[in-house]
Amino acid sequence: MSRVIIRNLNKRFDGVHAVKDVNLEIHDKEFVVLVGPSGCGKTTTLRMVAGLETITSGEILIGDRIVNELPPMDRDIAMVFQNYALYPHMSVYDNMAFGLKMRGFDRTEIASRVKAAAEILGIEEQLQRKPRQLSGGQRQRVALGRAIVRHPQVFLFDEPLSNLDAKLRIQMRVEIKKIHDRLGTTAIYVTHDQVEAMTLGDRVVVMKDGLVQQVGEPLELYNEPANRFVAGFIGSPAMNFATVEMADTDGALWARHEGIRLKLPAAIADRLRQHVGGKVTLGIRPEDLRVASGSDTADLSFDAVVEVIEKLGSQILLDVRVGPNMMVAAVEPTVKAKVHDRLRLALNPDRLYFFDRVSQAAI
Amino acid sequence: MVIDSVAAARPYVAAPRRGPVTRVLENERWFAFFLLLPTAVLLGLFIAYPFVKGVMLAVTDAKVGVPGNFVGLQNFAVLMNDSIFRIAVWNTILYTAVTTVFKLALGLWLALLLNRHFRAKALTRAFILLPFIIPTVLSTFAWKWMFDPTFSVINWTLFHLGIIRTRINWLGDPQLALISVMIVNVWRGVPFYAISLLAGLQTINPELAEAAAIDGARPWQRFRYITWPLLLPVTMVVVLFSVIQTFADFQLVYILTGGGPANATQLFATYAYQVGVGTGLLSEGAAISLAMFPVLLIVVVVQLLYIRRVETH
Repeated sequence: MSRVIIRNLNKRFDGVHAVKDVNLEIHDKEFVVLVGPSGCGKTTTLRMVAGLETITSGEILIGDRIVNELPPMDRDIAMVFQNYALYPHMSVYDNMAFGLKMRGFDRTEIASRVKAAAEILGIEEQLQRKPRQLSGGQRQRVALGRAIVRHPQVFLFDEPLSNLDAKLRIQMRVEIKKIHDRLGTTAIYVTHDQVEAMTLGDRVVVMKDGLVQQVGEPLELYNEPANRFVAGFIGSPAMNFATVEMADTDGALWARHEGIRLKLPAAIADRLRQHVGGKVTLGIRPEDLRVASGSDTADLSFDAVVEVIEKLGSQILLDVRVGPNMMVAAVEPTVKAKVHDRLRLALNPDRLYFFDRVSQAAI
Repeated sequence: MVIDSVAAARPYVAAPRRGPVTRVLENERWFAFFLLLPTAVLLGLFIAYPFVKGVMLAVTDAKVGVPGNFVGLQNFAVLMNDSIFRIAVWNTILYTAVTTVFKLALGLWLALLLNRHFRAKALTRAFILLPFIIPTVLSTFAWKWMFDPTFSVINWTLFHLGIIRTRINWLGDPQLALISVMIVNVWRGVPFYAISLLAGLQTINPELAEAAAIDGARPWQRFRYITWPLLLPVTMVVVLFSVIQTFADFQLVYILTGGGPANATQLFATYAYQVGVGTGLLSEGAAISLAMFPVLLIVVVVQLLYIRRVETH
């Protein structure tokens, strides 16, 4: 059983509380991604699991052992670093073999493990080369290989794809996924890229300011964000937000703001009725907005003025002004719109999000 | 309209009006010559001329006030049979070898300590440099007092700690004198090693040590397999400089013992000075100085070849 359990984990650096009471259970064979903006504590959490950072308080279990006091070498983990951290004076073979040599494996076993890993990663031809003779992608493969040969209980990845160009990043993302499917080793992966998090993770942990904001499967985070931060962080382009006033007119609930006047369907009205007379934050995903047709009711659409058009091919992003707010609408590529055009945008009433303005929690 | 805008966009080029100096400097060869001139003059005046003069003196029988005649390699033949010269050769080699080993070991140890994070790190680093910053002559005089047979603070301390019963004659005893001189050289040389090696250590990505720790390497193994090989090119350069300086060391010995007692601390440089300046035998002094040259040349060539090999692998 190579599960990882993190209990009430805290880290303080010289007065900065970097990781605040993190609780997490990572199941055997699971691929969990820690995601969040810079300084959210994700890398610190990973480094504490690795044993590269001391723990201020709390507990970390790998397998069924508490590893708080164990040095990195005794935790049975392998880590892939952002800058590869390949030993520059050693050949690719020696880089991959180093961990096994240190652990006293015999030569034939080392050779067969390195060969097997090199085959999986397609780097058999590079084994005698030095890291500086390799491209970024090849270096990252070697770094992965160094982790694979050890057959550890847990893989730790610290933003391993950040230094690669966009195309290679997508390619390596797929490879990491394949390797995980093939080896089934428990993995903790840190990234600031929400697309990477969504595509790789069985579950994703969103962090901000040292606090876990939400833990869930990728689509769960996308469809049911726990708070405004998660809603804004997950999804690209990011969710649109506007402060709206809730009003009850003739039994129907309305969300109103300059330029917006939406009649809320009964299904969500009940949740929001307690906010009548007050203000809440409305969230609309860009992909839930479309150019209104004749059949769309005025109650679920609003006027917008196009300010910027971004043609992506598969869709068009319209940066529009709605009253005082800027919003983004991801519309069909067939939409013909020009800058300064006045459009009517319709929305899907089942996909509206509301957040408390004080606690930021989803309503 | 279109033509107008293109014409307007064309950059304005001033008619070249260059003076004769500018025209000469425009020529790359002349420009390079002028750039190199100050360095060439300095090197020629202070390195090449004294060296050539030294070689010329070494093959004559010049003395102070006597220009001398060409005698070929006679001065070197005399040196071969000079027992003091042989002592000086042996002392210089021993002095260089022993102090280099200690300076490297202590300097590396200090550099590794200073590479860690601790309070007042910057202040400690500044203090470490002190022996290197203080003029050698001043610090060596301080050491001379500490080694003084009567007033030695070392003796005083050892005596009061009950470790010794009689005073140790640090600079008066032939064997102890060489050791004492070596101690001062190590004390003075360690900061150079420590700071240079620290600079080298700081170029090594700390993630490598972390990766090695996760790979299962213990602290000693991390040093042996990661830090040391990556620090080696810097170490070789530092050792190269240090060996050259130590081999030609003069000030320390001159102030502490003047080469005595009974030539026990005589080095190449002090002996060359004693013969050439002290007794006025300029040609023999020059020959002693030149005798260092082949040894240093071999050391430099071997180390430079090694550095190149390390860097290309």
